[in-house]
Amino acid sequence: MTNPSSGTDGEKTGWAVEISALNKWYGDFHVLRDINLTVARGERIVICGPSGGGKSTMLRCINRLEDWQRGRVVVDGKDLTDDPKQILAVRRDVGMVFQQFNLFPHLTVLENCTLAPIWVRHMPKKDAEELAMRFLRRVRIPEQAQKYPVRLSGGQQQRVAIARALCMSPNIMLFDEPTSALDPEMVKEVLDTMVELAGDGITMLVVTHEMGFARQVADRIIFMAEGQIVEINEPKAFFEHPQHERTRLFLQQILH
Amino acid sequence: MVAADRIYLREAPAKLLPAPVASTGVVGWVRANLFSSPGNIALTIICAALIVWIVPPLLRFFFFDAVWSGADREACLPSAQNPEPGACWAFIRAWSSYFTYGFYPLGERWRVDLFFFLLAFGIAWLAWLGAPRRDIGAIYFFIVLPILSYVLLSGVPIIGLPDVPTSLWGGILVTIVVATVGIVASLPLGILLALGRRSEMPAVRLFSVTFIEFVRGVPLITVLFMASVMLPLFVPDRLAPDKLVRALIGVALFASAYMAEVVRGGLLSIPRGQYEAAQALALPYWRMMALVILPQALRVTLPNIVNTFIGLFKDTTLVFIVGIFDFLRTIEAARGDPHWATPITSVTGYAFAAVFYFVCCYGMSRYSRNVEARLARAHRR
Repeated sequence: MTNPSSGTDGEKTGWAVEISALNKWYGDFHVLRDINLTVARGERIVICGPSGGGKSTMLRCINRLEDWQRGRVVVDGKDLTDDPKQILAVRRDVGMVFQQFNLFPHLTVLENCTLAPIWVRHMPKKDAEELAMRFLRRVRIPEQAQKYPVRLSGGQQQRVAIARALCMSPNIMLFDEPTSALDPEMVKEVLDTMVELAGDGITMLVVTHEMGFARQVADRIIFMAEGQIVEINEPKAFFEHPQHERTRLFLQQILH
Repeated sequence: MVAADRIYLREAPAKLLPAPVASTGVVGWVRANLFSSPGNIALTIICAALIVWIVPPLLRFFFFDAVWSGADREACLPSAQNPEPGACWAFIRAWSSYFTYGFYPLGERWRVDLFFFLLAFGIAWLAWLGAPRRDIGAIYFFIVLPILSYVLLSGVPIIGLPDVPTSLWGGILVTIVVATVGIVASLPLGILLALGRRSEMPAVRLFSVTFIEFVRGVPLITVLFMASVMLPLFVPDRLAPDKLVRALIGVALFASAYMAEVVRGGLLSIPRGQYEAAQALALPYWRMMALVILPQALRVTLPNIVNTFIGLFKDTTLVFIVGIFDFLRTIEAARGDPHWATPITSVTGYAFAAVFYFVCCYGMSRYSRNVEARLARAHRR
């Protein structure tokens, strides 16, 4: 990976995400220990590791769904402080896809997608609908636009969730175990959508156990355990020559 | 293979028999629903006996033996043709305008009628889910209508509507005004209090919790007494708001505390993921609440909200305690009229009140069932 123009002053740098000395506790439990990570624009990062290792927590710090006690997170040059305006500014440009989809059940698929463009981006309804249809076509479910989410399969719901996030034209997409809640036969359709998305050059951070996806798409793979980043490497090196015993163990378990 | 070799048992398909009588139609339904087990048989018999025991006398009282017209008490006293007279509807008819308007001046009663019409129009606009431009309907109902109602009912002498002091208001007019103000004010206030109770700001949370728990811990009568008796002790007479206004404020605050708890129940039922998804889309707090959380929360609590409305509607009768002539109080007053003093006058008056409250509350209940069914269908489209 090549480093773009360096600089850590928090102003427009080349980095999409800069996390420095991030520490977080749940009560006595130290979930994140001294996380340092920089992600370049357009980079595709896969984060894996045993559950309870802090992967999701770290991801959720990037759009401040989680608070932290120490450290600093800068997204797209914007320093994430307690300032609500700053938090909203970051969230406007960071899309997120959840394990449980979290579609809004009282709105149709189309309304799910147009909600934020209309109310956050102040887009006219007609434009927002056109935009939403464009992304729904991209995830290949335009025909479901008028349905309510409960009528869709898990895979379809997750693709709607991806389309919904994309409608805000984010610079960065966060995926929090997007295929973990899916029936096995639906995993592929969601992964295919994500692979396509990766081809577009959008910055992606993906927490997942889908190692095939990691191998195919990731620029770097991060292995996290016990709240620490144990290892960061390019996919080939990561799978073939894991540096740490903990990583080797994990890979053995997950790859049989 | 020759066809003649085959042996047929039957040359034509058998005729279709009708389904056994015992399992279809009326007989089948009765068997399945009324006499399916010994316990069920016993219940059926008991219920039938209750119906036979209660319904005919009621029908006799309300309709067959009822006195429909007459000039005074003579009509409702036992006579040769009607030895056991039923409801004295003649009394209700004679007093009906008092029951509706109280002492509202005769010449100005068109204003009350117009108010009733405007209110009915607003309710219909909002309640009919398929109505055009319900957003304008909401503005009309929550902003235009209150101003218009105040102007109409209380009067603005400059535009030719003489003042009518609220001490002259009474009857259904007062009941409707108190109930409507209570209902219309309690929902938004209740939502604010419910959100306040879950707020991250300690001061807001403390205020909401204190208010809700205090009001819920006190009977409505106490709230009304405090509003009408204690307030004047602190505020000079000239500045003290009108008696009816004070009661209205008391009722609205009381109802909003209950509404807050109902709404809170709904908020608790919304999964965290919904908040997170809305936050991740950069929706600010109030947008998130208005567009994502509250629509879902209010939907699940709709039965409870309507339940609270119904309770509130009936609670409005308590305002008589602070000397306001609501509907029930006008009946109380009228039944003492010597012109109509008969053994059944009071019973008739209360029966009339019961019918009125029942019709209003049952209407609300039916409407909410309707909306629930409709929302459930919409979700499964």
